[in-house]
Amino acid sequence: MPEFWINMGPQHPMTHGLWNMKVKVDGETITDARPEIGYLHRGVEKISEVREFQKVIVLTDRLCYVSSITWSHAYCLAVEKMMGVEVPERGQYLRVISLELQRIASHLMWLAAYGPDLGLLTVLLWSLRERELFLDLIQLLSGARMNQNYPRIGGVRNDMPENFEAMCKRSIEHFLEKLDHDYEKMLHESKIFHMRTQGVGKISAADAVNWGVTGPNLRACGVNVDVRRLDPYEVYEELDFEVQTWKGPDAGDSYSRFICRFNEMRESCKIVLEALAKMPKEGAYRTKPPRRGEGEGYARTEDSRGEALFYVCGDGDDRPYRVKIRSPIFCTMAATPIMLRGNKLADSVAILGSIDVCVGEIDK
Amino acid sequence: MSAVAANAPGVSGRPVEGCEAQILADLKREFGPKLLEARVVRPRVAEVAIDRADLLALCHYLKEVAGYEHLGCISAVDWKDHFESVYHIENYATGCVVQLNARIPHDDPKIASVCPLWNAANYHEREAWDLMGIVYEGHPNLTRILLPEDFKFHPLRKDFPQEVDRQYISRRKLKGGK
Repeated sequence: MPEFWINMGPQHPMTHGLWNMKVKVDGETITDARPEIGYLHRGVEKISEVREFQKVIVLTDRLCYVSSITWSHAYCLAVEKMMGVEVPERGQYLRVISLELQRIASHLMWLAAYGPDLGLLTVLLWSLRERELFLDLIQLLSGARMNQNYPRIGGVRNDMPENFEAMCKRSIEHFLEKLDHDYEKMLHESKIFHMRTQGVGKISAADAVNWGVTGPNLRACGVNVDVRRLDPYEVYEELDFEVQTWKGPDAGDSYSRFICRFNEMRESCKIVLEALAKMPKEGAYRTKPPRRGEGEGYARTEDSRGEALFYVCGDGDDRPYRVKIRSPIFCTMAATPIMLRGNKLADSVAILGSIDVCVGEIDK
Repeated sequence: MSAVAANAPGVSGRPVEGCEAQILADLKREFGPKLLEARVVRPRVAEVAIDRADLLALCHYLKEVAGYEHLGCISAVDWKDHFESVYHIENYATGCVVQLNARIPHDDPKIASVCPLWNAANYHEREAWDLMGIVYEGHPNLTRILLPEDFKFHPLRKDFPQEVDRQYISRRKLKGGK
């Protein structure tokens, strides 16, 4: 049978956004693939150059609506490195708490999207139900459910409300119980889920490192790399958590990526509780940053999807001279042909869903 | 020191003290006068400025000898009198990052591609060509990636016009003044 190309996208239920995966098939087997991106290019890097440093935070929030705080935090961190601003300890703890809450919300959104990809509609409803808990917590903290605009250069926008600690504990306790009972039964013990995800979309550790795959997708290959541990920022050095790496056989397939993300939600819960306990009870949560910045600043953080990197240059004006965004999924996208080759066309959804695509950050 | 070795029992995925001074000393010993600038920015970050001609030799040393196997990012900056192609290269075993600033003359925006060393460079270089118009020589497929194929400009260059006025209307302007 002759080989031919199929467009999966830009309008396809699998894409979760606007991008196109061209796959070349021989019968039902994928022999080649070519991702096409750029449908959502908004020119964030160019727009940033005409706005004051603080005003760019609004734009970076919208890079990925599912995990806004992690993105605006990465930008703030890079600008702080450029200006030489030190964040007060309480501010750093507040950042860590908001980042981890956002990470859980982001992973739950991914699970909610991945379930229907495999035909498990219950997962969609359950994950969105649990995500609501964390969106409520974030709303309590920052005042908004999405696009929070919470981190500031030099700290965070506001202190946490009085009842926040109790609310966090209650929600997390409820959530962990759900994870341990309902979700484990629904996913880990489901034979259909195993059949759909195990052994498909494999990528070796060496390939993943060479192609720049980062985050949970890399840890699923068995590589023990987490920027929170390897290059600690904020107060992650003082917090005790376990980097979630896949240790079993069949490293780098869709199932191991699922397990890494799933276990990361538990770790994030632990980090939030520990940060709440260790946090200084009073003190400043923000310092006043200078208006102008000169030189260059660079920061890398562990975003929910991988390594987010901001490179900011200043020329002494109150606006950045150049902002460069490194999106983790942009690089993972380059490696998707390796994951897809040799698999059946019907599995492509189970593979592409498992890498957690967010088009907003890919296309910038 | 490959990724698989980074996963071996002795290496914990934790940072190693003094790795930035170590790599800077190694680079100075190997490439001495070729480094235009070399400094430690902060723990685990070293910065080196070079001319574009020395890029491949330095990258080859970093990847094959020093074990810097993850190319984090390639950023292109338009400094009006020259371009810079900035590489953030990371070592998974020590947590150290080397920032390479390769200088490129403005009238001849060409530099060698590092695709043969890191496949990750593929998309980054395409993006830098697309938005900044720097030609990465030896790239397997240097086509536009974010913008449409028939787009004529490189919009991140400083001579590409954009509304540079402040984006708010001052109170005086609102009342009818200038």
